[in-house]
Amino acid sequence: MASDDHEQRLASLMRAALDGDETAYAAFLRDAAALVRRATARRLRESGGVSPEDVVQETLLAVHLKRDTWRTDEPILPWLFTIARYKAIDAYRRRGVRIELPVDELAEVLAAPDTTPDIEDAQHIEKAVGSLSGGQQKVVRAIAIEGRSIKETAVALQMKETAVRVAFHRGLSAIAQRFGRQT
Amino acid sequence: MKTDDLISRLASDRQTPRVAPGGALVAAVVVACIVAFVLLMTTVGVRPDFDEVVSSWRFDFKFVVTVTLAVSSFWLVRRAIYPEGLNRAPLWLVLAAPAVLLCGVGVELVTLPGSAWAAAAVGHNSRLCLTIVPALGLVPLVLILWGLKQGAPTRPMLSGFFAGLLAGGIAATFYAANCTDDSPLVVMPWDPISILALGLVGALLGRVALRW
Repeated sequence: MASDDHEQRLASLMRAALDGDETAYAAFLRDAAALVRRATARRLRESGGVSPEDVVQETLLAVHLKRDTWRTDEPILPWLFTIARYKAIDAYRRRGVRIELPVDELAEVLAAPDTTPDIEDAQHIEKAVGSLSGGQQKVVRAIAIEGRSIKETAVALQMKETAVRVAFHRGLSAIAQRFGRQT
Repeated sequence: MKTDDLISRLASDRQTPRVAPGGALVAAVVVACIVAFVLLMTTVGVRPDFDEVVSSWRFDFKFVVTVTLAVSSFWLVRRAIYPEGLNRAPLWLVLAAPAVLLCGVGVELVTLPGSAWAAAAVGHNSRLCLTIVPALGLVPLVLILWGLKQGAPTRPMLSGFFAGLLAGGIAATFYAANCTDDSPLVVMPWDPISILALGLVGALLGRVALRW
């Protein structure tokens, strides 16, 4: 499930952050911002009046100031979403409106739209690579999707390294030509 | 400010306020107990026949009730310091002490003859109980609210209410050593009123003081 992945990723980033890893902390905050934005944006748009980005920023600030209230052995998403809900309700209260934001629903909203772009991306990539000719396709697949080096690919496909390089670049520019300006 | 700017500012903020919020609460409760004890001893003191009554079940039962209240509300307050702590908390724990007290009332009604009920229920100290318990509990309440504030309670009123019950539980435990009315029939009306009053004050204070 998508939210399990988020859970593990965010939890390990935050653990590193609490040990003083600044890069991990920045990554955590970026991910948290994206999750909160996605989870609250739809509901906030429905109610109007409050900018979702304000809620995101208030949540990040609260997360920062209260990060020692996350117990490293507890799930981090309920912690994050409860803070987000608290800050969202707070933002509305200041405008004199009451809203209800159950945490469970936040988690559901999060799980739903998240899977779609991943699948779409994967389909786009598959379509793009599949459109290449046999030799180029093998090379691009090995390097760009499976993450092998030029050298490894050359050995695996029994080609010269220069030939692999040429095929890779031609393959990429072919994809760029065919799909580059679509979006 | 753009969110990305905010993120890079927060990430480079090296100030790490690593005060374990749970530790602050425990410290607050310990100090609260000391304050309540000192207040009791310097004002009304324990009852003169303390050594004799320690062995009577009615006297000891008062402590069972008040300690049950203190422990169960401490459990809830400890959860309230974490943002998500009260999401699925066993809120029915607040009923533990009333349930124990009701059992005591039941036993008392069964064992005492009906003609003695009225005499047992009147007591001598109802006015003292109504003033001393809130008076002993006020400083503990403030201390516990401070402890809560070191955490991140997301339900300020409910958290403040539990803080009031905890302060009431501590105060009533110490006051029980002074009060000469031991029958559950007396404890029944007065202690809950004093403690609920503290809970109400806690909820109202929490609403204001526990925002962050």
